[in-house]
Amino acid sequence: MGSSTTAATAGATPARQRPSAARIGPAAWLRANLFGSWASSAATLVLLYLILRAGWSFIDWAVIRAIWQVPAGAHGPDTTICRQAQGIGACWAVVGEKYRFILFGFYPYAEQWRPALVVALFIALFIVSGVRRFWRRELALLWIATLVAIGVLMWGGVLGLSYVPQNQWGGLPITLILATFGLALAFPLAVAVALGRRATSLPAVRLLCVIYVELIRGVPLITLLFMASVMFPLFLPQGVDIDKLLRAQVAFILFAAAYLAEVVRGGLQALPKGQSEAADALGLSYWQKTRLIILPQALRLVIPPLVNTFIGFFKDTSLVLIIGIFDLMKSGTVAIAEPAWQGLSSEIYILLAVIYFAFCFSMSKYSRNLERTFGRARNR
Amino acid sequence: MPNRCPAIVLSVLLATGAWTVAAHAQGSGSATLDATRQRGALQCGVSGDVAGFSLPDSQGVMRGIDADVCRAIAAAALGDAGKVKFVPVTTQNRFTALQSGEIDVLAAETTWTLGREASLGLEFAGINFYDGTGFLVKTSAGVKSAKELDGATICVQPGTSTELAIADYFRANNLKFTPIEIQDLQEIRNAFLSGRCDAYSTDSSALAAFRFIQGDKAKDLTLLPEIISKEPLGPSVRKGDDKWFDLVRWTMFAMMTAEELGVDSKNVDQMMTSTNPDIRRLLGVDGDLGKQLGIDPKWAATVIKQVGNFAEMWDRDIAPMGVPRGINALWNKGGLMYAPPMR
Repeated sequence: MGSSTTAATAGATPARQRPSAARIGPAAWLRANLFGSWASSAATLVLLYLILRAGWSFIDWAVIRAIWQVPAGAHGPDTTICRQAQGIGACWAVVGEKYRFILFGFYPYAEQWRPALVVALFIALFIVSGVRRFWRRELALLWIATLVAIGVLMWGGVLGLSYVPQNQWGGLPITLILATFGLALAFPLAVAVALGRRATSLPAVRLLCVIYVELIRGVPLITLLFMASVMFPLFLPQGVDIDKLLRAQVAFILFAAAYLAEVVRGGLQALPKGQSEAADALGLSYWQKTRLIILPQALRLVIPPLVNTFIGFFKDTSLVLIIGIFDLMKSGTVAIAEPAWQGLSSEIYILLAVIYFAFCFSMSKYSRNLERTFGRARNR
Repeated sequence: MPNRCPAIVLSVLLATGAWTVAAHAQGSGSATLDATRQRGALQCGVSGDVAGFSLPDSQGVMRGIDADVCRAIAAAALGDAGKVKFVPVTTQNRFTALQSGEIDVLAAETTWTLGREASLGLEFAGINFYDGTGFLVKTSAGVKSAKELDGATICVQPGTSTELAIADYFRANNLKFTPIEIQDLQEIRNAFLSGRCDAYSTDSSALAAFRFIQGDKAKDLTLLPEIISKEPLGPSVRKGDDKWFDLVRWTMFAMMTAEELGVDSKNVDQMMTSTNPDIRRLLGVDGDLGKQLGIDPKWAATVIKQVGNFAEMWDRDIAPMGVPRGINALWNKGGLMYAPPMR
């Protein structure tokens, strides 16, 4: 970069109006970065060879020698050709056969348009919430309306939709419900806890917040899920049964909030003391100061670690499989437990990875945009 | 329930008044049956990830012998095999789910042992599958008996009863072995096929199914004749509700009796007019077996019609996996399935 800029400025003399192709352009970039020396050239060639080879084997496995369909047999599909091709070609027929179970779990087959619509609603909600133009009070109403619609679609029982109990939900909607509700409810709790932990004038609140964060952070998420699923029901009188998903959801919110609280506290610590003192000098109350001066700046500072935690928790939702909730990951693994399809785990795991990647990558891409927008405002 | 937590029942009675008392007086005498009827569905705990026992098919419908036992109980208790809520449980939370009332029956291929029955507050209502630890070896190794496995490396899943059974068996026979512990099912199978271990050991039903899916290559693998542990699997219920226990136990016996008498889902309607007194009693044409259990007199006919007899259940769920009937045959065909007389 530096050399090309100097070349451009030095190129004021007519004889050197344009830098030669050897100095800018892709060829020059290649020469400078990949073939700068003998060692560099050798490393480039070796790596190129390895990448091409691995890439070719993957394409060979995933596309060229792949099996897209299997014939029907006496007891369901006949997967003999997939079994013979194992290790040579992918068997995408398993995805075609099982994708509806992986995505929607035990949800009644004829009613699966409902969870499909729920997933679409969730994605639409994420996109709308991501656009800054819509960051208004009405957005909260939109969230409530969408969540009600999602509840109606999933449970049914009204508007002519048949009732589907929660234990029949599964797959992607479960993952999205756990992640969305978990993070949406954990975030306000986290801000409250982070503020409480810094409230020097309220020692009791402060102590409570410290105990909460340290207790929750001190145990693994699996422990909390087990507590919610195994121990908690024993404390309830017999016959009183709190929904398993709700119990897992609460455990999840509590866990996420403790981690997010520490991230938010990091932002609060990083803010210069002058900001708070200036707000005091203006005569703002504690809540005005927090809402208008402290939090907007503190949260902006911690966007990268916040999104990092969000992504981590999105993936952590798959841990609910240990308490028998069929989320995306669990229904994927169960789909290949059927003898006919056993051993086709690579295909299924690739599908799951693509789904998880799509969500996590959009999150991180969006956070980078957000940082850039906010960064521009600050650097102006 | 009344005999387990009287304080709670008392408070409920006080709170809701005479209506509850009346409702209780009309009940069947089984808290679980009453709750199931009121809910309109049986809550059945299944593992949901073991082929042949309980595994959802591509449409998300639970298939397998455990799932069918749940359906049969629902047919007996509610008259409709479709009224089952399958609750997937894991090996960690299955007993709590039963104790806390989250499920009415646990049918998650659980082994009947003294320890579980004596200390976990549950009792086993019967056995729907006799399993046991076995060994699978490569045919090319020429091993004919487990006694010849001295010094062998054996692939096992850690933390399972298989691990314990092998250790006991080898110690009892003064043999040595090297366990290779692999958690993941797919990995352990690959390890065995690639020759990392000489033998692969787990429940013999799973070994037979694994051998079966190899297709043409099945003859390269040999299941050794020794079954070194007893793993009777069956549904269990909470202790303290004897009426419910009876219902679950006799639903399974009814399916075995139906197989014994040649009654199946196709001919059950014709059998109603049979002159055989055993069949007439079973199907509720004569006698009052249903009344004694506190359910519909034609309960067994409903079970057989909607779910089938024991053989039909086996042929639908287990036979396609290539597992021979073996000791799971009826007592008069060399197996262990024996139903006491239904009279």
